[in-house]
Amino acid sequence: MSVIAIDGLVKSFGAVRALDGLNLQVEAGEVHGFLGPNGSGKSTTIRVLLGLLRGDAGKVRLLDGDPWRDAVTLHRRLAYVPGDVNLWPNLSGGEAIDLFGALRGGLDQRRRDELLERFDLDPTKKCRAYSKGNRQKVAIVAAFASDVELYVLDEPTSGLDPLMEAVFQEEVRRLTGNGATVLLSSHVLAEVEALCDRVSIIRAGRTVESGSLIELRHLARTTVTVETVRRLTGVAELPGVHEVRAVDGRVRLEVEPEHLDALLAHLIRFEVRALVSAPPTLEELFLRHYDGADDGRIVAGGGAEPAQ
Amino acid sequence: MSAFTGTGRLARLVLRRDRIKLGAWLLGTPLLGFALAGSVSEFYPDEAARLSYADTALTSVVARAFNGPIFNAELGSIVVAEAYLTLTLLAALVSMFAVVRHTRQNEETGRAELLGAAVVGRHALLAAPLLVVVGANVAAALLLGLAFAAAGLPLAGSLAAAGAVGGVGIAFTAVAAVAAQLTVTSRGANALAAATVGVAFLLRAAGDVLGERDGLQLVSAWPSWLSPLGWGNQVRAFGAERWWVLGLPVVLLVGATLAAFGLARRRDLGAGLLSDRRGPARAAAGLLSPSGLLWRLHRGSLVGWSVAVVVLGVSMGFAADEVNDVIAENPAAAELIAAMGGGVDDLVDAFLAAMLGVFALAVGAYVVQALLRTRADESGGVLEAVLATAVGRVRWLATQVVGTVLGAAVLVLLAGLATGLGYGLAAGDPGRCALELGGAGLLQLPALLVVAGLVTALLGLVPRWSVSLSWAVLIGFLLLGQLGAALDLPQAVLNLSPYTHVPAVPAVEATTLPLVLLVAVAGALLAAGLAGFRRRDVPS
Repeated sequence: MSVIAIDGLVKSFGAVRALDGLNLQVEAGEVHGFLGPNGSGKSTTIRVLLGLLRGDAGKVRLLDGDPWRDAVTLHRRLAYVPGDVNLWPNLSGGEAIDLFGALRGGLDQRRRDELLERFDLDPTKKCRAYSKGNRQKVAIVAAFASDVELYVLDEPTSGLDPLMEAVFQEEVRRLTGNGATVLLSSHVLAEVEALCDRVSIIRAGRTVESGSLIELRHLARTTVTVETVRRLTGVAELPGVHEVRAVDGRVRLEVEPEHLDALLAHLIRFEVRALVSAPPTLEELFLRHYDGADDGRIVAGGGAEPAQ
Repeated sequence: MSAFTGTGRLARLVLRRDRIKLGAWLLGTPLLGFALAGSVSEFYPDEAARLSYADTALTSVVARAFNGPIFNAELGSIVVAEAYLTLTLLAALVSMFAVVRHTRQNEETGRAELLGAAVVGRHALLAAPLLVVVGANVAAALLLGLAFAAAGLPLAGSLAAAGAVGGVGIAFTAVAAVAAQLTVTSRGANALAAATVGVAFLLRAAGDVLGERDGLQLVSAWPSWLSPLGWGNQVRAFGAERWWVLGLPVVLLVGATLAAFGLARRRDLGAGLLSDRRGPARAAAGLLSPSGLLWRLHRGSLVGWSVAVVVLGVSMGFAADEVNDVIAENPAAAELIAAMGGGVDDLVDAFLAAMLGVFALAVGAYVVQALLRTRADESGGVLEAVLATAVGRVRWLATQVVGTVLGAAVLVLLAGLATGLGYGLAAGDPGRCALELGGAGLLQLPALLVVAGLVTALLGLVPRWSVSLSWAVLIGFLLLGQLGAALDLPQAVLNLSPYTHVPAVPAVEATTLPLVLLVAVAGALLAAGLAGFRRRDVPS
């Protein structure tokens, strides 16, 4: 059973189609990275999952329930960290944490105190006095101290410093170690690389890639830079080879992973003097989608989220 | 770079953000003035009618307290007496809320930080809204003066009366500028500024109630001179105008602006005069539910409202007893009342019933602001986080409604008890009077239920418009109640306001049917609102 199963989800705000047939599959026990440029529909998807927005079309299942109809019962089994944490200005951080915990159905007091210490958060400060990062810590502590099956995290670490980022990663591993599932929307690629078992990349309200990082790397082209004694010819005609360019007396090209073998066999005939083969970095994987290099520039403004 | 660099640019931003709010008020003020002047001249066509109005205005404590002094029996004087309270309250509230919106609220939301980091002088963030709001008051006053003159009133008096209204707006602009420096939240700054309006009203009312009659002229006692609302009257528009009094708001503006700049220099952006205290590290058990949170968030404002209602109630109760004294001293007034077919007791009862009606209108503002907090939570994002927990939407909104209505019930009960107590202490038998008027106060609750129902329906069905429409509806009820009779509006229009349907106890016997109907209407509105809120997107 999938923890989250979204199939062909459509959501429009007026004339703007924010989600346009989005698919998302999150299995039990995994940390699933949810990636996409600003405005691509990540937060809208999460709000549909939380039963805050109602999808126009498509199937959405959450923990084997209907996120809209069964919202209250499902919410007992999940914890949510919003991307933009707003709190009641005149409550202390500790009060806000306890309140969210209680509204969710209970809080592990020992975990709460431990998390406060680990995240170095002063719970006696009034919420209005917290910085963005500290407000995020309040939401993170309130969520992580709840013993639930699913954690939905919407860019939870955008305001945290590197030290706290490390603590965050350890705590996420601890959650999954206990069998929980995590949906992590993030722009911090190192974080995604460190934590996620699988990722889904969306753009303009559609899922464009989904799979494990290894799978995604296999889908993407490897960049090969080669220097040969004799002039290199005939590479552009090889199957699966693209973007052949001469750079500083070398040749740089991109090749699909399954055609790498044939390429190497071809290269050997020209006496290879130097060869660099670079699998795509995660960054390149994302930038390909973020930039929309495949089909023109349609990055920003491709989708829309309701105004805050 | 001077301390005022960027003021012009920021002023344009203020104008851009407030073009509808300020624009509506700017146009509404002269329209209202014109309509009132026209209807008053129809109502009091001849000398005799005007003289009898003047006599009542000078003898009745109610008239003195609410309409202020008059200085002759001219048409202009009557127009001022009928229109002054409404126009000045509108000017004061619009001005104060605008100042706070562009100062403390900007700091609260972090917008001020963004603006302050640009090429903007230290004082520009305060100077820009002050410039706009003072300018708007001057413009509104000019338009109002022209409207009065166009309605056929003498030009000098028209300008003096309009200047008086503009002066009140400017004075409270100044008050708000200081209030915005003192508190940390815009809510607090608005409450502080609104409280000064209440005090100013009480001082003015006391000064006019205690004033001496001199022919057709009321010489107000000294408390009036302590109140910006009193200054406007002391201009004596349409009488022997004292133009120099219009200088008082300007003096206050200069003084308060300097004080506000001084305070702003001494504090950090976002901070108030008093630094924030720390809170508990753990929540008390009482906080950990939607109703616990509601109580925590609203108790401060409820306590403030309670104090205001009790103070006003007791003083108005005392004033009611003066009705007896004034009539004892003035046989002409007694004859007039007798001619209208009533005894002295009836007049007192009418005054007390009118007071309770005014309290109910004011508590309507409490209901609107308390319920609209849900919209603020939605725009701010915290509602999303709450509804992502195991709290259902209907439970959440219903908790807000029930809590708000309970708060309103406490306030109208306190208003009745305090008014009865004040009257009883002066006239005898405080216990019985308090209980009787406490009960009469609670009879206002069905009208407040309708207000709560309206706001809930707007929240559920047209969330984007809920804030402006809720206040517009309440202001509409206020205008119908205050001006409906003066404008001679048809009963069908007056019936639109739920307050019209509340029996004016103790002046008349309580009747059940209208109250039951009000509750039914409120129930339907609440059900529509809750159903809408259950079905709609959050945030939307």
